[in-house]
Amino acid sequence: MPRPFTPKVVTANDLLEGDVIYFTADNTWTRELSQAELITDEAEAQLRLLEAEKQNISIVGAYLADAKGGENGPEPTHFREEFRRTGPSNYSHGKQEARSDV
Amino acid sequence: MYKYNQFDTAFLAERNAQFRAQVERRIDGSLTEDEFKPLRLMNGLYLQLHAYMLRVAIPYGTLNPDQMRTLALLAQKWDKGYGHFTTRQNIQYNWPKLKDVPDMLDALGQVGLHAIQTSGNTIRNVTSDHFAGAAADEIKDPRPIAELIRQWSTDHPEFQFLGRKFKIAITGSPNDRAVTKAHDVGLRMVEKDGEAGFEVIVGGGLGRTPMVGKVLRDFLPQADLLPYLEAVLAVYNILGRRDNKYKARIKITVQENGIDTYREMVEEQFIQRRAEFDGTDQKLLKEIEAHFAAPEFRTDDTAAYDAAYDADPIFRAWADTNLAKHRKDDHAIVTISVKAHGQTPGDATAAQMNVMADLAEQFAYGELRISHEQNVILSHVHKSDLPAIHAKLKEAGLATANVGLISDIIACPGMDYCALATARSIPVAQDIATRFDELKLEHEIGALKIKISGCINACGHHHVGHIGILGLDRAGVENYQITLGGDGTETATIGTRTGPGFAYDEIIPAIERIITAYLEVRETAEETFLETYRRVGMEPFKAALYPDSEKKVA
Repeated sequence: MPRPFTPKVVTANDLLEGDVIYFTADNTWTRELSQAELITDEAEAQLRLLEAEKQNISIVGAYLADAKGGENGPEPTHFREEFRRTGPSNYSHGKQEARSDV
Repeated sequence: MYKYNQFDTAFLAERNAQFRAQVERRIDGSLTEDEFKPLRLMNGLYLQLHAYMLRVAIPYGTLNPDQMRTLALLAQKWDKGYGHFTTRQNIQYNWPKLKDVPDMLDALGQVGLHAIQTSGNTIRNVTSDHFAGAAADEIKDPRPIAELIRQWSTDHPEFQFLGRKFKIAITGSPNDRAVTKAHDVGLRMVEKDGEAGFEVIVGGGLGRTPMVGKVLRDFLPQADLLPYLEAVLAVYNILGRRDNKYKARIKITVQENGIDTYREMVEEQFIQRRAEFDGTDQKLLKEIEAHFAAPEFRTDDTAAYDAAYDADPIFRAWADTNLAKHRKDDHAIVTISVKAHGQTPGDATAAQMNVMADLAEQFAYGELRISHEQNVILSHVHKSDLPAIHAKLKEAGLATANVGLISDIIACPGMDYCALATARSIPVAQDIATRFDELKLEHEIGALKIKISGCINACGHHHVGHIGILGLDRAGVENYQITLGGDGTETATIGTRTGPGFAYDEIIPAIERIITAYLEVRETAEETFLETYRRVGMEPFKAALYPDSEKKVA
């Protein structure tokens, strides 16, 4: 039996910066997972991934990542995506660094 | 040390110009990512979890001070102020921007460094003994041969599209510090009738299917090396599997076909290949050898060293752990630990790199080495200069006296950076080092190599760690398997798994239990962890690791 579908977000890396980006409901890219579009339908997820890949000129390696709905938008369900939205644990670099600058 | 000639400089400049144009074409949309990816990988540029990563080769681990300063410059100008020395004598920058990479490569080119073939299915950076040319036990400095292999393998048209990556390591010493038995090809210098040649080892490797290399030829005359290597690779190109990435490395090719068949085919190829070599390579080798002539070692008394050794316990502790025997009695080999307790193994800041470059220039005949154990080495130092070096290292936070001890850990970048990783390895290394520093047990425990990988590909060499740790993803949670009894030297052994793995918050206590068991069962303080393990086997460690399951069985 196929596994039941779990909600997804479309994520990729930015071509120039190389950092983690997420696809939004209005076909733009955001640096914040919480701003991403949470996709709850399996067929819709494939279509959204195709839509995102139309922008391959400026993004790299789009894929569907598991996520769940949270109070402030999508949240990761796996530790890999938690690291991707935060940054490494040995230095305050990556997204956590950008956040502390604000 | 090797200095680029006009050909080398022109070749590298042209290659960098090509890559600059490729980057421009990717950015303007003329190249798709599928087209660009193999091009960037050939030039050492990966896309990792949070950013691009540029891997720069440090050929056979040797650097001059200007090269080290350029590595510092890259860290400062285009990255976040530090670089990460790897287990294959490379340096990685974790945060470059795509547009900046061509400028970084040009800056490297100015000092004769590059990132060519640090990725992709090609012959990778040739690694070597980090004590080459200095070690007391050495037959001959292997680096001229390593440089010859670098030149031969760079852009070699026949070997640009191998079935999989191909790693060569070379040592000139009977004590293997280059992990030659865990490489696709390992070359160990041996002597026969007063002539230096090589024992050729093939099919070693760690990763998913760890194997200790097998002897393909017990003595290969030095002059036959390149045609013989071509034969080994040509046979790999023919026999190697391309249908399954996980069965594509030469270790599987040798295993599936048998070492005898492989040898027969190599010998057959070798006869043809050797006929094509007209001696140009040996002429070139002679020229390269001149670049590696030993420095004129100065003679002086060592009174300053003896006085500091007697008077300063901190200096004495550092000298006892971080110095190795040099072939000149009044000199020493200094290993600078890039493993301060709690820091990321192998990370050095730009400021630290500059300090090490200055020390090499002032005291070490202008030579630096990077070891596969992720430390930096001053290969030739007169003993009288050691107190001054130690003082400057202390100021720079580089005087940690832990080489060869429990906190001198090899760790891959793991899931903090690497897109392939299944778990983190850096924080595990940091926590082990911090914990045993707190316990003040490090020197009592003595010689011990812990090696940590964050996935099955084993960049952290966990299979050959006395204690190996492998981080995996078990049902969406980080889980760490432990192996014991691994050995990466001339007596290479793959470690044995202890049993079920441990969660992230259980792994440090688990290591502590292993160490406690070792301290209890060792016969004398001189019996190392590995010796004890070889004497008593797995049982006392299993009992310490899994006390509950022991009870159940009883």
